[in-house]
Amino acid sequence: MIGLLGRKKGMSSVYNKDGKNTAVTVLEVGPCPVIQVKTMKNDKYNALQLAFEPIRLKLANKPKTGHFEKANKKPHRVLAEFKDFDGDYKTGDILSIDLFKPGDKIHVTGISKGCGFAGVIKRHNFTRPNQSHGTHEAFRGPGSIGNASYPARVWPGKRMPGRMGNDRITIKNLDVIKVDSEKGLMIVKGAVPGAPGGLLRIRKVG
Amino acid sequence: METWKEILKDQINENLPAFNIGDTIDVHYRVVEGEKERIQIYTGVVISRRGAGLGASFTVRKIGSGGIGVERVFPSHSPFIADIKVKKEASVRRAKLYYLRQRKGKAARLKEKSRF
Repeated sequence: MIGLLGRKKGMSSVYNKDGKNTAVTVLEVGPCPVIQVKTMKNDKYNALQLAFEPIRLKLANKPKTGHFEKANKKPHRVLAEFKDFDGDYKTGDILSIDLFKPGDKIHVTGISKGCGFAGVIKRHNFTRPNQSHGTHEAFRGPGSIGNASYPARVWPGKRMPGRMGNDRITIKNLDVIKVDSEKGLMIVKGAVPGAPGGLLRIRKVG
Repeated sequence: METWKEILKDQINENLPAFNIGDTIDVHYRVVEGEKERIQIYTGVVISRRGAGLGASFTVRKIGSGGIGVERVFPSHSPFIADIKVKKEASVRRAKLYYLRQRKGKAARLKEKSRF
């Protein structure tokens, strides 16, 4: 597994070789220093602990600063673990966007936009009831939510209004179109979860 | 330009000439037919320009055969646009010339830009 941390920058569109226009997302990826190497011997699993986005010393408390000092790094805003990382890395190594190249497939994990308390049309793609022909006071409602004396209750899992979004979402098999290692930016085909500026975990497929 | 947009710089059509609403232009459009590629010229009046950046587009209206109005929307940064030539400039007082759709013949003419 190969993965890095990044942020969503924004969406745009590009023309491919055939001149077809495709929607793309621009991601900022890395650089991510290795802060800790977890091994089978010490931790009962293999993983790399990566950091992202350095912060001022003032913003980190002493335990945090101390943890980063072990790797000889400044404190960073984000710490995350990637299990079973391919390749041999030591504490202090810096992983950059060069791990990805155009043509790769990636999985992108992020937190989706929060939609607040949403109705069934937005949340579960229900069909909107008829707006005329005698409809009254039921323009976006869910309709019937079940039967009568049997079962005399609402089935578990019944789709109803409620909090929508703000979930951890993974979008799989996105195509990497372009990588600019100088600027640390990457163009990915399609959309990724969350708003611009949102934190992302980017994993390479295979 | 925001820094992240610089990665998209190579997508920008830098040869896009300056033209305005009301101008009569020739759009040299690349048409791919199987293996062959040729240039098709579409002539008409620019009645609208919309959007900014890579998503920008413009609408060109012409009167086709049989007096039927034809409107075509071109993405400004499309790689199929080989060239744009401004044939005539007009002085107009609106950003969108949708009112031309309701006009026919002589009434659909635009005032030519005075050169002072």
